[in-house]
Amino acid sequence: MGIPLLAQLVNVLAAFLLLIAFAMLSQRRVLTLIKLLAWQGAALAASTAIVAWSTGQTHLYYSALLTVLLKVILIPWVLHRLIDRLFVRWDIETLINIPTTMLIGIGLVIFAFALATPISQMATTLTRSTLGIALASVLLSFLMMIVRQKAVPQVIGFLAMENGLFFAATSATYGMPLVVELGVALDVLVGTFIFGIFFFHIRERFDSLDIRHLEKLKED
Amino acid sequence: MGVLSSPLAGSLVVAVGWLVVAVLGLVPTNNAFFARRIAFPLGALAGVALAAFGLQAVWLPTQALTLPLGLPDLPFHLRIDPLAGFFLMLLGSVSAGISVYSAGYFREEPSGRLALISLQYHVFLASMAFVLLADDAYLFMVAWETMALSSYFLVITDHRQPAIRSAGFLYLLIAHLGAIAILLCFGVLHGGRGDYTFDALRAAQLQPAWASVAFLLAFFGFGAKAGMLPLHAWLPEAHPAAPSPVSALMSGIMLKTAIYGMVRVIFDLIGNVRWEWGMLVLAVGAATTLFGVLYALMQHDLKRLLAYHSVENIGIILLGLGMSMVFIGFGHPAAGVLALIAALYHTLNHAVFKGLLFLGAGSILHSTGLRNLNDMGGLIRGMPRTAFYFLIGALAISALPPLNGFVSEWLTFQAALQATVIQHGVVRSLLPLFAATLALAGALTAMCFVKVYGIAFLGQPRESAHPSPLPHAGDAGAMERYGMAWLAAGCFVLGLFPTSFLLILNRVGVSLTGQGLSEQALAGSGWLWLVPTAAGQASYSPVIFLVVIAAATLLAFLLVRRFYHGRVRFAAPWDCGYPEQTSRMQDTADAFGQPIRHVFGPIYRMDRRLPGPEDTEPRYSLKVEDRHWYWLYLPVARAAEFVSSKIALLQQGRISIYLLYSFITLIALLVFVR
Repeated sequence: MGIPLLAQLVNVLAAFLLLIAFAMLSQRRVLTLIKLLAWQGAALAASTAIVAWSTGQTHLYYSALLTVLLKVILIPWVLHRLIDRLFVRWDIETLINIPTTMLIGIGLVIFAFALATPISQMATTLTRSTLGIALASVLLSFLMMIVRQKAVPQVIGFLAMENGLFFAATSATYGMPLVVELGVALDVLVGTFIFGIFFFHIRERFDSLDIRHLEKLKED
Repeated sequence: MGVLSSPLAGSLVVAVGWLVVAVLGLVPTNNAFFARRIAFPLGALAGVALAAFGLQAVWLPTQALTLPLGLPDLPFHLRIDPLAGFFLMLLGSVSAGISVYSAGYFREEPSGRLALISLQYHVFLASMAFVLLADDAYLFMVAWETMALSSYFLVITDHRQPAIRSAGFLYLLIAHLGAIAILLCFGVLHGGRGDYTFDALRAAQLQPAWASVAFLLAFFGFGAKAGMLPLHAWLPEAHPAAPSPVSALMSGIMLKTAIYGMVRVIFDLIGNVRWEWGMLVLAVGAATTLFGVLYALMQHDLKRLLAYHSVENIGIILLGLGMSMVFIGFGHPAAGVLALIAALYHTLNHAVFKGLLFLGAGSILHSTGLRNLNDMGGLIRGMPRTAFYFLIGALAISALPPLNGFVSEWLTFQAALQATVIQHGVVRSLLPLFAATLALAGALTAMCFVKVYGIAFLGQPRESAHPSPLPHAGDAGAMERYGMAWLAAGCFVLGLFPTSFLLILNRVGVSLTGQGLSEQALAGSGWLWLVPTAAGQASYSPVIFLVVIAAATLLAFLLVRRFYHGRVRFAAPWDCGYPEQTSRMQDTADAFGQPIRHVFGPIYRMDRRLPGPEDTEPRYSLKVEDRHWYWLYLPVARAAEFVSSKIALLQQGRISIYLLYSFITLIALLVFVR
């Protein structure tokens, strides 16, 4: 009886992940976005830990620990400092209005489930039903990157996409090898720092973080 | 002494030796001295050795070798057969003269620049040797591209001038178009089976349609490098831009590697030559010949003029090749081999005399700083030795006996006269027409070199263009003269002893087609007489020609001495009523070409400004342009620009749009793999 309960827990966490992805899509404030990102990381870590507990894969514990350290604590902290320094706590403008974005998002979720169903029927893992959700949250994060006009939310979208991929890996094959996960984690961290440095440069150059200004860089 | 007994190993050693010389030139601190005194003379010595190995290879059976180099599982294959041996002989002997000349020509170059020139020069030579030795498509393409790139850097030696940079770009562009076609040709020959060694390509059985595609690709690809119509546009731009020894190398030897490639791929790799292909080659060859010589007549830049003559001579070689293909396609290999021999003989001849002429042009440029014929005049007094060597080259290219140009053009005519063996009526009547084109081109060439020699070397210096009398720097230096003397001697040897070269080329023909010249021809040919078909039909003896010419000259000289001696009186000639005569009244290069410009008017695109009757300062200006620019090159360039501007719409500069591209691609791929 224990295993179905754990599987249901994983499903609940997956649903939570999807909910957060939608919340991010509709959220206008940067500070809240960062909090949502931290929550997403926490849900990810929890689901990884449950999978580790139920399957006895010890390396998933490390991976969960890493997720907590990096995605729940370090990166949100770095982003907090960044927006403090840059004074960008203001509301976000979107390219498309939020209800439309949500509708597109629903369409994407349906597409992701349609895509994942044949794959999850073949899979034998405990977490197979969550593959569609993982794919959906990747696509939703991608959508968020497209519709946001400011640089900071785009980076948050990028990080959320990485979360979704990580979740997909855990649910489809019980995670990637630890070495790969370590490498990806390091990449994300370094990427965040580099984005931070770029933010300062972009603002210095254009007095704004609005990426529409980058269009001026195009050669005619 | 294993190297000396094996021409393949020997040629490999020479090619690697060139590479070593190229790299060594960068090491010494005083590398200008090293390049002039050691690198170029060593390169020349290596060239002589290569010529000897090539000559040896013609008489030996084919040798092959696999090098433990290249990519894993894709080693380099080398092979030397009579055809490669003949072209190696050409490369070695002509480059030897040019290298000696370079040792003197580059005497004023600063150290760093000369080290680079020496590096590119010797890499260029080595890559040409590897093109000739290659026995797989992979090594061939590597060497071919190395050749294109090293010669590109040699062309843009004076890259600070924008005109030279754009000439180099044009050259590189057309060279790459050609290389793509050659690559595709190898792909067609390969046909998805086996590997890319030439043995495998030779063995591949192609459908007739695919064989024709392969032929067209090879013809286009190698033709771009050779400068045939309408891909010739880079030649008159790149040759004047390059330093003169480099022009000599490119025109003399590099164009010939393209001929080698054509013969190798069409006769050897594709095989089963069809006569329709030959007719195409003939038509293009005739057009190239006429176009080249007609435009050469209009030029007043000496090196540009020589470049147009290279176009013309490539046309003559193509005429020979095309005839050979027609004969072989109709099943007359003996006549086909004769035409092939004529084409290859002209290849060697053109390398020697065009090399010599470019070197002579280089010496003039070096001494006077002039390339424009209209500024020259009376150079023979300042630089008599250069004038002498240039005269030999001019006589040779004008196909006057007993020099070498005559022999190969005569052989081409002899091949054309074999047309009676062909059953197809139209083709039989067309062949003599092509031969007539060649005759016309020969006469126009002679006219063009009368113009060059008369305007540049004879007459009076044109002081209006230059305040100081020409030339201010005197005759060519010793090394330059040795280089020119070597090639001038080549003109004589090739002209006076054609039978030995006929036998060499007969070996090449036998190895390619399995058949040689007729028994009667071989029996009739000796040191004195050259008999291409049968003694009853045609024979030629350059030695007797020389003796008769020498005797007639001597006789005339003696008669003049005998009867006119002491009766010479000096008096002012009648001045036609013009009391003041200046050197500006001499014939100019443009004036010399006027009758031809008149007769062949529609061929040129002319922009002429005549002075009006009221002009106080009358000026006459004439610009002759190549029509190909307007109907072919510029439309293609405009189309490319249009397509690029449409594709550039993708670049919006908005990150959201770029992300959307990735997103749509991702969704599409996901849908696709479902």
